[in-house]
Amino acid sequence: MAASAPAAAGAPRKPRSRSVTRRNASEARAGLLLATPFLLLFAVFTVWPVLQSMFMSFTDTRITDIRTPFAVNFVAFDNYAQALSDPVFRRAALNTAIFVVVGVPLTMAAGLAAAVALDKGITRFRSVFRMGFYTPVVTSIVAVAVVWRFLLEPDRGLVNNVLAWVGLDGPNWLGDTRTSLLSLIVMAVWRNFGTSMIIFLAGLQAVPWSLHEAAMLDGASPWRRFLNVTLPILRPTLLFVMVTTTIGYLQFFEEPFVMTQGGPLNSTLSASMYTYQQFGFGNYGLAGAMAYLTFLVIVVVTIIQFRITRES
Amino acid sequence: MQRTRARAWLYVVLTILLLIVMTPFLWMVLGSLKSQAELLQVPPTWLPENPSLDNFTRLFDRLSFGRYFFNSTFVAVCVTAGNLLFCSMLGYALAHLSFPGKKIIFGAVMGTLMIPGLVVFIPQFVLVVNLGLADTLAALILPFLVGPFGVFLMRQFFLGLPRDLLEAGRIDGASELGIFFRIFLPLAGPAMATLGILTFLASWNNFLWPLVVAATERTYTLPVALALVSTGQNQTDYGLLLAGACVVVLPILLVFLFFQRFFIEGIASTGIK
Repeated sequence: MAASAPAAAGAPRKPRSRSVTRRNASEARAGLLLATPFLLLFAVFTVWPVLQSMFMSFTDTRITDIRTPFAVNFVAFDNYAQALSDPVFRRAALNTAIFVVVGVPLTMAAGLAAAVALDKGITRFRSVFRMGFYTPVVTSIVAVAVVWRFLLEPDRGLVNNVLAWVGLDGPNWLGDTRTSLLSLIVMAVWRNFGTSMIIFLAGLQAVPWSLHEAAMLDGASPWRRFLNVTLPILRPTLLFVMVTTTIGYLQFFEEPFVMTQGGPLNSTLSASMYTYQQFGFGNYGLAGAMAYLTFLVIVVVTIIQFRITRES
Repeated sequence: MQRTRARAWLYVVLTILLLIVMTPFLWMVLGSLKSQAELLQVPPTWLPENPSLDNFTRLFDRLSFGRYFFNSTFVAVCVTAGNLLFCSMLGYALAHLSFPGKKIIFGAVMGTLMIPGLVVFIPQFVLVVNLGLADTLAALILPFLVGPFGVFLMRQFFLGLPRDLLEAGRIDGASELGIFFRIFLPLAGPAMATLGILTFLASWNNFLWPLVVAATERTYTLPVALALVSTGQNQTDYGLLLAGACVVVLPILLVFLFFQRFFIEGIASTGIK
């Protein structure tokens, strides 16, 4: 160890270096001691499951193997091939892609608009608005689902009754394949834009007011200042929000699970939802492969996003 | 003049937006006080005609929501305590102490931040069954007792504290563990508050894992109970469901209102929900 090197150097310095050695040893001991409880729990409940599910994804593990998880047959990439050729899984992947491509920009735009309005636009009641917009983030999806299903009911629901006041005939939001996924996207935006708003608010602190003043002296409109002063400085924050929101939305699960169970006609079935269904059917190997495919997509998409934003 | 008018319009727009965002909650609270007959009316009423707590009484008398409330609270308190203690211990060690394997540990812990929950879901389930923990509260607590997010947050915080504190403690003859528990930990209040609230919230709202692991009423948490009620024989009993939603949401909203300063600051400083 590095600590033993000074101890060997020359007699006169010996007493001091011995105390350094002893201190380094006790520091290392303390470090390991402090790390141990975390590492034990982490190894058992995270690292081990990550490795085992990779192993599972290459085997024909089923629910019947639950007591003997290693007495299973190795099937190489069969589960991955089966998942990729399954039309339902492809449909689920497409739904997830639509959810991400439409939902992420909407969530970011709503969060950014709210953040800019609260940061510079208003002076009073700022914390009331901030808290109100953040409230959906902290509430249980199960409770949210109960309320939203009620709000979206075709006849009794508040949404269609409000539309009726202005003479519009609202659809059966969750029961119609044309509006079901859209409804879940709107609900997800409602539930998540508060998070991006908070992060954008923090990012906006980094935009110096003097730059705005300089731009105003040059006669720049608020919109121009937003494009040419605020946005460039906000870039790292934008990237961060984009990456984290995308990672979250790629695992789109809770909304369809509690609102539609993936229906009608698989129109809201997501990749994670289908993976969970395979787990429910007892196809553990196949479900493991599907979960790893999602992980792979997350890694690839994250790398691409970092590349694109760095280049442009 | 023009700016004041623009500002006034902004207030109007923001207030309308706030109303839209809050409508589901308003609807939930008002609806929970209505009778089934009133909830089925077309068009719907806004304010309850005869407000009553009948739905809540049924929830706690007939469906033992008191028990589920206790389970949710107990699990959330244990999970929060575990994260606060163990994550701050490792976070401090990673920030200020040198010990063998430090870099690998940090890399491995941070690496798991990107892994989807479903990847570990099935093996965790297999593990819990094989440990004989199925349908126990322990199974709802143990897998969440530590997490990478807490380590990240606490490490960042401790890095911001001066290393001189450590040297000063050593010169005063304090033990290494004493330096952590008596000097650094008492200074970590703000970070602990942030981590504590976020962990409590995540645990309280956690839903899929308890739904799969909790098999009997003994171990149901509130979200599990509400999910089962909303898909079971009472699924058209709207008053009961809305009252259940209130019981799940309102306690956490109170916690949120009370601690919102830490919430907002903490999330802003780490950038992660």
